[in-house]
Amino acid sequence: MAASTPPSEVTTEPSSDVPIGSKPLQELGSAVIRFAGDSGDGMQLAGTQFTDTSALFGNDVATLPDFPSEIRAPVGTVAGVSGFQINFSAGDIHTPGDEVNALIAMNPAAFKAHVADVQAGGIVVVNESEFTKVNLRKAGYPEGYNPLDDDEFDQKIRLYKVPITRLNEEALADSEMNAKGIGRCRNMFALGLIYWLYQRPLDATISYLESYFGKKKKLPAVAEANIKTLKAGYYFGETTEMFTVKYHVAKAEVAPGVYRKIGGNEAMTLGLAAAAHLAKKTLIYCSYPITPATDVLHYLAAMRHFGIKTFQAEDEIAAMCSAIGVAFGGQLGVTGTSGPGLALKAEGLNLAMMMELPVIVINVQRGGPSTGLPTKTEQSDLLQAMYGRNGDSPLVLLAAQSPSDCFNTAIEAVRIALKYMVPVVILSDGYIGNGAEPWRIPDVKDLKPIEVKHAQAVEGKEFQAYVRDENLSRPWAIPGTPGLEHRLGGLEKDSLSGNVSYDDENHQVMTDLRRLKVEKIAQDIPDLEIHGDPEGGDLLLVGWGGTYGSILTAVDQARAADKSVSSIHLRHMNPLPSNLGSILKKFKKVLVPELNTGQFRMMLRDKFLVDARGLNKVAGKPFLVNEIMQAIDLMLEDKIGDRQFLTPRLHKVEMETQDLDLSNYMEQS
Amino acid sequence: MIQRDGILEMTETPTQLTVLKARDFASDQDVRWCPGCGDYAILNQVRKVVAKIGATKENSVFVSGIGCSSRFPYYMDTYGMHSIHGRAPAFASGIKMANPELDVWVITGDGDSLSIGGNHLIHILRRNFNVKILMFNNRIYGLTKGQYSPTSEEGKRTKSSPMGAIDMPLSPLSVALAAESSFVARAVDVDKNLGSVIERVAMHEGSALVEIYQDCNIFNHGAYSYATDKDTKEDSVVRLEHGKPLIFGKDRDKGIWLDGNRKPRVVELGHGIKEEDLLIHDEHDESLAFLLSRMSHPEFPEPMGVFYQIKDKCYEDLLQEQVDSAIEAKGEPNLEALLNAGETFEVKA
Repeated sequence: MAASTPPSEVTTEPSSDVPIGSKPLQELGSAVIRFAGDSGDGMQLAGTQFTDTSALFGNDVATLPDFPSEIRAPVGTVAGVSGFQINFSAGDIHTPGDEVNALIAMNPAAFKAHVADVQAGGIVVVNESEFTKVNLRKAGYPEGYNPLDDDEFDQKIRLYKVPITRLNEEALADSEMNAKGIGRCRNMFALGLIYWLYQRPLDATISYLESYFGKKKKLPAVAEANIKTLKAGYYFGETTEMFTVKYHVAKAEVAPGVYRKIGGNEAMTLGLAAAAHLAKKTLIYCSYPITPATDVLHYLAAMRHFGIKTFQAEDEIAAMCSAIGVAFGGQLGVTGTSGPGLALKAEGLNLAMMMELPVIVINVQRGGPSTGLPTKTEQSDLLQAMYGRNGDSPLVLLAAQSPSDCFNTAIEAVRIALKYMVPVVILSDGYIGNGAEPWRIPDVKDLKPIEVKHAQAVEGKEFQAYVRDENLSRPWAIPGTPGLEHRLGGLEKDSLSGNVSYDDENHQVMTDLRRLKVEKIAQDIPDLEIHGDPEGGDLLLVGWGGTYGSILTAVDQARAADKSVSSIHLRHMNPLPSNLGSILKKFKKVLVPELNTGQFRMMLRDKFLVDARGLNKVAGKPFLVNEIMQAIDLMLEDKIGDRQFLTPRLHKVEMETQDLDLSNYMEQS
Repeated sequence: MIQRDGILEMTETPTQLTVLKARDFASDQDVRWCPGCGDYAILNQVRKVVAKIGATKENSVFVSGIGCSSRFPYYMDTYGMHSIHGRAPAFASGIKMANPELDVWVITGDGDSLSIGGNHLIHILRRNFNVKILMFNNRIYGLTKGQYSPTSEEGKRTKSSPMGAIDMPLSPLSVALAAESSFVARAVDVDKNLGSVIERVAMHEGSALVEIYQDCNIFNHGAYSYATDKDTKEDSVVRLEHGKPLIFGKDRDKGIWLDGNRKPRVVELGHGIKEEDLLIHDEHDESLAFLLSRMSHPEFPEPMGVFYQIKDKCYEDLLQEQVDSAIEAKGEPNLEALLNAGETFEVKA
């Protein structure tokens, strides 16, 4: 959570390679900062660098990148603003933070888009050079108005006007680069300034700039210029009279071990690579580029040295079908996509279910429906993954709950798929896929091998492709094995031989077997643990997937205020953990916060006949902790009445704002 | 695995490995095509060829989509996949990446491969996976009982086109050539040369498309009678042989000649035109192959045999080479190193 601890004056600790400061230092428990600028301003880079530096420094971190779906939206417009939020802390944190403590706005549009999220009394550093008449107009401000001259803001926030563009140009006056090249370095000036403000060492970023621009891109002049302006930004903070204070966020108390910063998509790829290694299989990742899942393909494509093959298919359908071909061929077939791509994969996924082949589908969910909001997060593909196929088509559904949890989820998915010969869908989302946190790197020795059994011919015994073991799993008989020649297909099959069967009773049996097999997997799923009161209480929050951090934080805060609130968090969406039903019965009320209009709530009500209510938001962003807190209070105070769900509107969850005034959306007479 | 010779030494098959007979490749399933369907002849020829070239049952995989022809894998006692409409090439690509050693065949029809699966067809061909595609072209949708297909002639009257199809048909072989296929051929279901064409494609290394004229005797009977009837066929088809002139006709008295604009013309031999003046077939000439793929009945005799063949690297091998060279450059895969790559930091107890 982003709330700052009360500041206390401490003496300055020198960070590497920079002068010892003379200004007072305030110690903070945590801080939330946000970089915002044009999508070409390099804000994602500045944010990533700040994150890396903070993680290396020893803070706990959580991030939220937020960028437009257009690669280069019109320059200077609000639509083109790209943001990157980092929460870094001396304690344990689970979310990128609700309110922003410090905003860096590189132009008027960025200021306009983000200033409302800054806490009262928070810091806003603006690039004053860009607040020109033209840019103010592009940002949509009225003619003759400049927010920097508006007293209203002066009262709410601590506004620092820094002519970043000009100072960057002056710092690089001696550079051989042209004006455009120099201009592109200004994000590093801003980063340097923020590094000073939060007393971060520059080493990690300097070494990144040297290696990326200097060595990889072979542009030493660019590396040098970026480093120079980074330092200039830092020194500017130190020497200018503008800032009267600087901040320090101490290292977090974390378990000993070796850590790295990890994003969800990257963790997913490492999990897949580890799983393939543990199963002694070649990982072949078949995918078609789609936001926000494409990075999974990028990471794996760079892992040829780990024996991993990637296949950029001609479309989502071919990606799905080729992954199934890989599974039939005896290796680990995986595909990845996002919502609209999952729709295209439905037919292939259904065939894999019918063929009972182990294939993994990763769905990094984004805002839907249809093309929806490609770069924003949502959890609205649950029902599609669960039910979006013709016929009765049960399969296994797992949901990762945080960036680093993607690693464990990928391994578990492979373990289940290979043990039970069943397709497994992993639900991630844009928030955890692109978000990052520190990850304690597991010891390889602690990872359990994944046992794979391949059928072999038995002399004098006819091979039956659909005869099952004690787990109801059928044999994985792979081409190249003499004596096991068999044909698979989408037509209904005989319950033992696997030959085509139109027998009516056989179809009933096969439908039952496919369902029972998936249900049986619950035997491998650990019981849910109640966070809070194990014996039950007034209110239970039931979450799943990427909302883990916000729900946990909200429940902790509610409990700190002596409220009878507990939570459970699901990573197994199908089959569900065996003790879920009994947990639900222990609580008087159940609230299901999810980033959709109530998909898991519907599943829960269906399966357990429980009067679950929802907190449902589809605003492209994760829950704010505060939104969940408001919903908790409404539930506890019995104010929700017969409403099935609550919706935060402009971050407020109030009963009187729940119903839209529909006349606003009709033609006005 | 059988030893593959170079592309020009195709006739020397390693007979010592031929231990299986055609009937060994028959599965225990009853063949359920309509009596008289052209598919039977193709099935028999394929079984004969795989036996003849010394293929093994365990290393052979037949993959199909949906349609009458796509029931084919059920009738082969090999590994097989009866997959989804149009998607067989994608499944086959996955199988090849998983195990490049397998002999992978795709059995498809004109609707399966050119309509719903058009996208997958062109991409498997351009990637040059070592997958052999046999396209049964009956110019009709049979399994759904007689709608026009992407190869049905203009004006075709069917239940879905009672006033005549207004779609322009396409030439499967022109599509295959444009899609960079490394082997393109055509044969007729009942023709005695079908076996030799299938044998050629079986020995080819790379993506291959064979168009097989196949009679649907229920919904489009006689679509190719010009190319199968004793009276007309010799005047309606021209058999391609590498390095030989294009001669045809019952009395072998007609040929194909290229005019000054490189347009093909049907000419009669003997009136001042000698065999050496005729178009000489060159299997490695892409533009010639395309020209041949545009020749259609009744204006021209339709070419039969191998239109085009080149040798090129296969996708699955190139992919494996990338893996091998990356491992050679960076050392044997090490999970611990992979997990610990990048910037790490240690928190001490």
